[in-house]
Amino acid sequence: MSDLKLNRSDVMKKIMAVRNNALVITGLGSPVWDLAASDHRPDNFYSWGGMGCAISMGLGCALAQSDKKVWVITGDGEALMGLGSLATVAAQRPSNLAVIVLDNEHYGETGMQRTHTSHGTDIAAIASGAGIQTTMTINNSETLEGLTTALTSGLLPMVAVIKVAAGKPNLILPSRDGVYIKNQFRQAVLGATEAMHSS
Amino acid sequence: MPDAWTAEAHRLFKEFNIKTVGYVPDAGLTDLINSCEADNDINAVVMTTEEEGIGLSAGAWLGGDKSAVLMQSSGVGNTVNAIASIITSCQFPLFMIVTMRGQYGESNPWQIPMGQAVAPVLKSLGVHVFEVETDKEAAEAIEAGLKMAFVSNAAVAVLIGQKLIGAKSFIADVAEEVTHV
Repeated sequence: MSDLKLNRSDVMKKIMAVRNNALVITGLGSPVWDLAASDHRPDNFYSWGGMGCAISMGLGCALAQSDKKVWVITGDGEALMGLGSLATVAAQRPSNLAVIVLDNEHYGETGMQRTHTSHGTDIAAIASGAGIQTTMTINNSETLEGLTTALTSGLLPMVAVIKVAAGKPNLILPSRDGVYIKNQFRQAVLGATEAMHSS
Repeated sequence: MPDAWTAEAHRLFKEFNIKTVGYVPDAGLTDLINSCEADNDINAVVMTTEEEGIGLSAGAWLGGDKSAVLMQSSGVGNTVNAIASIITSCQFPLFMIVTMRGQYGESNPWQIPMGQAVAPVLKSLGVHVFEVETDKEAAEAIEAGLKMAFVSNAAVAVLIGQKLIGAKSFIADVAEEVTHV
């Protein structure tokens, strides 16, 4: 288990500084507020439900948008619920997909109960065992620099687990309207006409 | 030679510009999976559980692609929260082909409860369910379902009945030799 020194809001600022035109899909919970606080824009898909599906959604989007990078930003609890999707990502090898797990070792939305990662489960090792070649665990600001380099020029697909401190975040809330979030994302990615009149 | 409904399904996937096909295998889907895997214009995605197919389909739509999800009836049970929370909440299109077990002539009793639950469970989530039992019905329902899903933003499941695909896919029915202990 790590010393959990990194602050999630500092981590998000660092990562978003190298985002460029990457599309971002979050898992539910804290990653939603993290992304809304650090880089709120139309090509963010904020998940308010569907726990365990963020990585699969990222894969679907990455296969469809092969010219752009797709980042999934999720938590340890959400990732643990969809571990099989790491094997599916490995089988597909999308060269534009990065999965970033903000691992605070707790279920933040349900009362801060401990997740399996606090008992020794290593999501980066699981990703590696699933067949994903680029995996890393970030414990400190030096290795965080390595992640920003990997996100801009590293070999994808990649799974990066960032150990962050557990604590109460400032809630910066985007819309909860799933239809709006979906349509706004599609309009940003595809343009208004294609988004509304799919060919 | 592939099943007639399968060849028609693949042809319709091309006509409707389906780019991603997520699947968990089933005996009744073998020909369709093979034709999608052999098609360079389709991303055929083998999944570890059917729930992934719901996320995959929603993610593909976010990126501008149409998709289909293939599974056996028991796998529908693994998709429930993903359909309710993602597809229904956000009004994502969804097109599923479900090959049925636990239905007409089933020889594995463990398949029957989930097989019987498929249609009512899907309907309770807001999915339009088309149950078919002939090649002609299957082809018509797949075309109608693709249109509803991707023109009307609907969630559609075509259930391919055991009368059409046969009830022989249980291993004890096709093994060379069976001994009971």
